[in-house]
Amino acid sequence: MCDSNTTRLIQEMLRIRLFEERVLDEFSKGSLSGTTHTCIGQEADAVGVIGALQRSDIVFSNHRGHGHYLAHGGSMHALAAELMGRRTGASGGLGGSQHMHFPGFYSNGIQGGIVPCAVGMALAEKRKKSGVIVAVFLGDGTFGEGVVYESFNIAALWNVPVLFVVENNRYAQSTPLSANLSGDFGLRFKAFNIAVDELDTTDVIAIRTAAEPIVASVRDLGRPRALVLHTYRFAPHSKGDDVRDPAEIEHYRQFDPIVLMRARISNEEYDEALDAARDEISKTFGQAAMDPWPDPAALLNAREELLKPCVPSYKL
Amino acid sequence: MRTVLQALNEAMHEAMTRDERVLFMGEDVLDPYGGAFKFSKGLSTKFPDRVLTTPISEAALVGIASGLALRGMRPVVEIMFGDFLTLTFDQLLNHACKYRWMYNDQVRVPIVVRTPMGGRRGYGPTHSQSIEKHFLGIPGLRVVAPNALGDPKELLIHAILSDDDPTLFIEHKLLYMSRIGQVQQAGRLEVTQCNSALAYPIVLARVAGVSKYDITIATYGYMADIVLDAVWRLAMEQEIFAEVIVPTCLSPLDASPILNSVKNTGRLLTVEEGTATLGWGSEVLSLVTEGNLKNISFAFARVGAWDLPIPSSRPLENAVLPSVQNIIDVTMKLVAQ
Repeated sequence: MCDSNTTRLIQEMLRIRLFEERVLDEFSKGSLSGTTHTCIGQEADAVGVIGALQRSDIVFSNHRGHGHYLAHGGSMHALAAELMGRRTGASGGLGGSQHMHFPGFYSNGIQGGIVPCAVGMALAEKRKKSGVIVAVFLGDGTFGEGVVYESFNIAALWNVPVLFVVENNRYAQSTPLSANLSGDFGLRFKAFNIAVDELDTTDVIAIRTAAEPIVASVRDLGRPRALVLHTYRFAPHSKGDDVRDPAEIEHYRQFDPIVLMRARISNEEYDEALDAARDEISKTFGQAAMDPWPDPAALLNAREELLKPCVPSYKL
Repeated sequence: MRTVLQALNEAMHEAMTRDERVLFMGEDVLDPYGGAFKFSKGLSTKFPDRVLTTPISEAALVGIASGLALRGMRPVVEIMFGDFLTLTFDQLLNHACKYRWMYNDQVRVPIVVRTPMGGRRGYGPTHSQSIEKHFLGIPGLRVVAPNALGDPKELLIHAILSDDDPTLFIEHKLLYMSRIGQVQQAGRLEVTQCNSALAYPIVLARVAGVSKYDITIATYGYMADIVLDAVWRLAMEQEIFAEVIVPTCLSPLDASPILNSVKNTGRLLTVEEGTATLGWGSEVLSLVTEGNLKNISFAFARVGAWDLPIPSSRPLENAVLPSVQNIIDVTMKLVAQ
């Protein structure tokens, strides 16, 4: 991987890290309502895997989706505005943090329920011979949901070009993996005849390097594959709901993906990337805060739309 | 006369012929078996690439259908027994019916989930229910129930090809063998279509040439057959005349034809095969009451299944499910008030 790519990878991760830190800051100041789940510590997964995809590929994300959204090229302004509930948000303020869409990106906050939908999308693209593949992101906690296994089975049975990306951050909300999962991730995929790779790293270059041939294989063979990434999140599950041992969190700081990458570039390059990200985020949040609120009257139109008649011919 | 099952089978063939984005998925749907109720007979022979037999994974099927639909297909999913719809509830409520709205109208999810409901076949507590009431009132979901008064072929083709929102298509097991237009053919009742702004038609059936009707009966699906038997007997034996209103779209519901009829009859009876408690009839009463601007008083009653699981043994099942005699008895009581 050449130097310019190294710089770009850290730029992308810093954008996500600083964005998420700003989100938590805005929440603590009371300027955001609702809830959020930040991916601080897991940036290398989003940047490493999604960077190996093509822009036309599909990313299906979950409740912890801001990093995936930004890594796939989503507008930072539309993301910030959505979190602030503004009309200019990616979902017009209707979706919020967990329910975001732009062409090629979808997210939903229901654990595991997105997985069959991602399989259906990949099946559609295969039937259209578009060459597009789907990457769907699952967390370790999601493996408690039955529909996930139904989806693995059908994806393998029908040769569907979908990549299951597992981000094992070792906690489902407050519950450690040891209280959630019997057996392991890899064997679950192997049982369904899905090839699986596991990486115990937060090094974005290692993840990108591993992801590229995996993505190519999903595309070329039209078969599902799985990539399990063992990672760690530094921030709480949501906001201020952290009961983990601080010493444990401190232990993982040495594997902070940003710290790992910082060692690979000069201080000047790092500072430049940091300043650029700070500047973009500051401007973005400033602008989004000025954006208009959605008009509740629009809800009436939406309701009419959902009831809209479309008259069939009917013979008595 | 064609049966409802023949008409639905024709509809599926025609929809797949007219639009190659249409896919059909379900358990045991391939020829020569052709589905547990033979809905898909001949389909996989004619469209081998577009008819998919699936594992027993109802939740995944509806999820996969949503994904297909979000990327331009028009999938139809068969759930073998309506009772198994419970397994799809999250996929319908939190996924299929949410995407269009929560993504701010940027996407559509044109899926049809169709399923046989209902009892009277002795299948017992988990294969005989009419659980559609649990799916009524979900924003973004249309719940459609065909009947034998009109041709269900047009309804299903419309749901598959023209309706861009998720549709739950409820077919009663006994309705499959009903002959379409048999009521009209018998010449006993006049059958017309009510004015409604909604997509799916609302039918009015009544004894012709009566100057004053005594009661309005609202019902849907296969129960229309049973209600019309009762209506004919009430007319012949008691000289009680009913206007029967049969919507094909249960939710969202346009209750205005029911309201208009009640204004004239002063009595309303709702009939459904599912349990009546917190059911479709309760919502009909609410809508009619809310819409009853001049505060005309009217008598009301519901007929539905007992609030019990459905027993397997025939005499027990017959006791629990609403019958012609129940409808006659309750109607006579209402009219006597």
